[in-house]
Amino acid sequence: MEAIVNNIQGVPLNHYILFSSIIFTIGVIGVMIRRNAIIIMMSIELMLNSVNLLLAAFSAYRGDASGQVFVFFIMALAAAEVAVGLAIIVMVYRNTRSVDINSLSRFRW
Amino acid sequence: MTVFYFVAILSIIFALMTIFSRNPVHSVLYLVITFFTFTVHYVLLNAQFLAVVNFIVYLGAIMVLFLFVLMLLNLNKETEPMKSNLVKIMAVVAGLCLLTTLIGSLQLVEASNPVILKNPEIGLVKHLGKVLFKEYLLPFEISSILLLTAMIGAVLLAKNDPKKA
Repeated sequence: MEAIVNNIQGVPLNHYILFSSIIFTIGVIGVMIRRNAIIIMMSIELMLNSVNLLLAAFSAYRGDASGQVFVFFIMALAAAEVAVGLAIIVMVYRNTRSVDINSLSRFRW
Repeated sequence: MTVFYFVAILSIIFALMTIFSRNPVHSVLYLVITFFTFTVHYVLLNAQFLAVVNFIVYLGAIMVLFLFVLMLLNLNKETEPMKSNLVKIMAVVAGLCLLTTLIGSLQLVEASNPVILKNPEIGLVKHLGKVLFKEYLLPFEISSILLLTAMIGAVLLAKNDPKKA
């Protein structure tokens, strides 16, 4: 365990922010380029995860455990979000026979 | 230190493959690998509780849900709807603009100190449990209500309406 703790010493905090920004951007791009609703939800998961990692990094950097507790709450929220979202997708698929988000445009008025 | 950069590059590659692979099942599998690399990141930060929770919740529960729904709906490469190339290029350009803005705002921050674990015990289950059940007891209980609501909502949404069918 000491080896693991020593391993991280020296990575600047900026690189964590940079890495999380890149993953977050990949998630945003994924939301924009795909039409499959399930893959859009997967991209949202990517964004949530990048934010989680950044919170954990800041928490370790400041020596404050609150950040990691917050990550725990975000994970609970992500689980709830996925369950409801996939239920909605299954319902939409049952009605339209497709998971294409463009087929949802019939919901507008 | 090099372990961080190695794992970070792996995460970025697999995240890119997640959003660019045409087959939805491959996307889910790449997403599993991405989440696994995130678990490694948590281990590197000595956030052992988060590493375990990330592994169980994301790789266990959420991935099973995604794979189950994908296979239930029988989605594959042939039925995969794709956007036109113009929209894709514009989306990538817009995403890169967002990234540039984020990195540009990062330049305003003064040069950062390296992440040094002042208190390596912070991510251990023992310490986090004390914080969770002392300072954050109320949010913890409320999150249980949130999970219950989500469960009921998911069952209600996915259930077949007997009157319609």
